[in-house]
Amino acid sequence: MIKHLAHRLRFLPLPFLLASEAFAQEVEMADTMRAEGKIYVVIVVAFIVLAILAGFIVRTDRKVSKLEKEISANKGKA
Amino acid sequence: MEVWKNHPARQSWWKILAVALLFYTFYMGFMGEVPRMPILNETIRNLYFHVTMWMAMLVLMIVNAVYGILYLSREDSYLDMVAEESATTAMVFGAAGLITGMVWANYTWGAPWVNDPQLNGTAASLLIYAAYFILRNAVQDDRKRARLAAVYGIFAFVMMIVFIMVLPKMSDSLHPGKGGNPGFNKYDLDANMRAVFYPAVIGWTLLGVWITSLRVRIKKIASHYHD
Repeated sequence: MIKHLAHRLRFLPLPFLLASEAFAQEVEMADTMRAEGKIYVVIVVAFIVLAILAGFIVRTDRKVSKLEKEISANKGKA
Repeated sequence: MEVWKNHPARQSWWKILAVALLFYTFYMGFMGEVPRMPILNETIRNLYFHVTMWMAMLVLMIVNAVYGILYLSREDSYLDMVAEESATTAMVFGAAGLITGMVWANYTWGAPWVNDPQLNGTAASLLIYAAYFILRNAVQDDRKRARLAAVYGIFAFVMMIVFIMVLPKMSDSLHPGKGGNPGFNKYDLDANMRAVFYPAVIGWTLLGVWITSLRVRIKKIASHYHD
């Protein structure tokens, strides 16, 4: 039965499929870094940088708003 | 400054969205699933940080061209301010795209600058836009400067589209989707990557719009003191 099945499937490009699968696994990625959880160190650092920059741009935005309000208030007086 | 009441530039929802999308980009950029590709390896993640710079630049250059057209029809100095500042921010994103591209190319193509139509085209476009600022600085009269800049900005935008989107597709390029290269295959079409790439483009673009809006508002305040 198995012999028969193997005979029927002999034209399937199975070796190629297996080879490409093996090839995809061989491509080196940072799997160890992820497994160890060290990737989260990178993420925390990136998040801190992003948070600081976001806070900075928000403060700048507020300063501009304050100036706009001052100018419109002065305009009202004049 | 009544102009600014309830103006989108003073609303905060899209700024919150920008920061949220960028946090999403930074998290998924490092943690999301990506295809395992030889040579590229983990650097494929640069799609979210390098290509997005160009996308943000492109959107801001569109803003520059559109506000140039609006200026030509209405002659409002505020429209010229938006045009100028969007081009300024676009140049910053363009510089970021160029520098990050050189780093990426160095480790995947083997050299920071290869003789590639996409690279030379972007360099030419950035130089064309550099001339936009030189032109602005060369004209003293405000209205004349705004009109000239608007016309030149439209011209520069058309040239940029030809240089970065038309010519590279007609010749061979190392970039995906250009010349003989199969683009939009596994690399671009991967559903996991698209779910990060598109939000990343929106996030970076909104950040660019935010910076531009702040610069325009500062310019407006400055013009109030000069008058």
